[in-house]
Amino acid sequence: MFGEQLVNGLALGSIYALTAIGFTMVYGIIRLINFAHGDIFMIGAFFALSSVTLFNAPLIVAFLVGMAGASIVGILLSRLAYKPLFDAPRINLFLAAIGAAILFENFAMLVWGPQTNTFPVLIDMHNYSILGLKFTTLQVIILVCTIIFMILLHLLVNKTKVGIAMRCTAQDMNTARLMGINTDRMVYVTFAIGSSLGAAAGILVGMYYQAVYPMMGFMTGLKAFVAAVLGGIGSIPGAMLGGLVLGISESLGAAYISSGFRDGIAFIILILILLIKPSGILGKVTQEKV
Amino acid sequence: MLEVKNLNAHYGAIHALKGISFTVNKGEIVTLIGSNGAGKSTTLNSISGLIKNRKGSIKFEDEEIIKCRTDEIVKRGIVQVPEGRRIFAELTVEENLKMGAYLRNDSDGVKKDMKKVFDMFPRLAERKTQLGGTLSGGEQQMLAIARALLSKPKLLMLDEPSMGLAPIIVEQIFAFIKEMNEKDGLTILLVEQNANMALSIAHRGYVLETGNIVLSDTAEKLRTDDEVRKAYLGEG
Repeated sequence: MFGEQLVNGLALGSIYALTAIGFTMVYGIIRLINFAHGDIFMIGAFFALSSVTLFNAPLIVAFLVGMAGASIVGILLSRLAYKPLFDAPRINLFLAAIGAAILFENFAMLVWGPQTNTFPVLIDMHNYSILGLKFTTLQVIILVCTIIFMILLHLLVNKTKVGIAMRCTAQDMNTARLMGINTDRMVYVTFAIGSSLGAAAGILVGMYYQAVYPMMGFMTGLKAFVAAVLGGIGSIPGAMLGGLVLGISESLGAAYISSGFRDGIAFIILILILLIKPSGILGKVTQEKV
Repeated sequence: MLEVKNLNAHYGAIHALKGISFTVNKGEIVTLIGSNGAGKSTTLNSISGLIKNRKGSIKFEDEEIIKCRTDEIVKRGIVQVPEGRRIFAELTVEENLKMGAYLRNDSDGVKKDMKKVFDMFPRLAERKTQLGGTLSGGEQQMLAIARALLSKPKLLMLDEPSMGLAPIIVEQIFAFIKEMNEKDGLTILLVEQNANMALSIAHRGYVLETGNIVLSDTAEKLRTDDEVRKAYLGEG
């Protein structure tokens, strides 16, 4: 049973990690806990679902539609709801995020209905055994997708000019402006990337549990937030690690302690990390040399 | 080249600049001196657009730029080395320099200029792959200037380049500033608390006091002015 739960935890953790990246990147650049991020995750899943049910789109197209759609929603969200508040106190921005979350949830209920929609099975399911652990096709897809996205993100953030400019904007927005960087555009790019990764996670969750519904982003969003804090908010590798640690602890905890306690584990971890190391596993205590 | 007229700037509720006017001609080093809080940095931040709450007129090469965003102003050739150097601590020296060249698309030209600043500051070449945050204060100031040079400035604005540096390093930095002006004909607007140093390399100077320009003259005359000597040069 340990192996099974470990694999489960890895799959779940990958999904948390993908979602947590959106939280951590947005926090890194505008110091906002974007509580609408979980709902972008949900919107992405619905876009993919609709492209499958309405247009019979193949899986890969559904992914692209979901991710592209969610990144547009993310850009619109930051442009219309957050941009006017960039210079305001952070609490205003935070309230705007909660408002946006409620808006998205109700929008989804209006368009797709409040019921749970079944995500059609688009792949043949097999079982694989890798290193003595048993994986289903879907779990392999989740892991492979996550690894690919992480590598692409790493290359984008560390090797490209846009990526380095994004890091500059996150580190010191005014100085980034003095380099000639259009920092507003960098914020939109950040939202686009975070939202598309969130959407990918949403689609994977929809496939994994075969369920897509308007409130699906709520709990996953909260847990991804815990994962981001656990890893050290603002740190991309931290979000990846935090997601995996959270997913695995949750699966093992549900198996060995009590399955009814599954959701509680994430929040116990959150409380523990805030008590013991508030900056997170890979988070840095901010220090500046003047 | 730069013509500032009746510039007003607000920092929250504080009226930081109360209608100042000054000019910088091509090829000059002009310095703004004054005590802490006089509005020197505010002036630079208003020109570069970091302070958005500003009114009046700022003309650069005969075009009004007061409505422009910072990145558009940088694109026109006004490049500011900010107070406290503001190196990107988590980027390497080389990445910091690349960000200076962010708006440029001539990768060959950038490579050439990169080599040029490495020749100018060999210390930076040695520390190319080190993180910016690990450099000493003097090295960070060199990096901040080198980074600005990679933007190919027409007008370089330096904000307190001597701040927090040992006197010997300050001398080196000022020697570089003078050299950039004399050799490459770079126009420089220099803000300094160290008025002595600033007036020793500048052509002209303006004295700022609580948001107003109270005096303007050639650097040489300012240096011998009794009031200036008393208030800013620690003499008399």
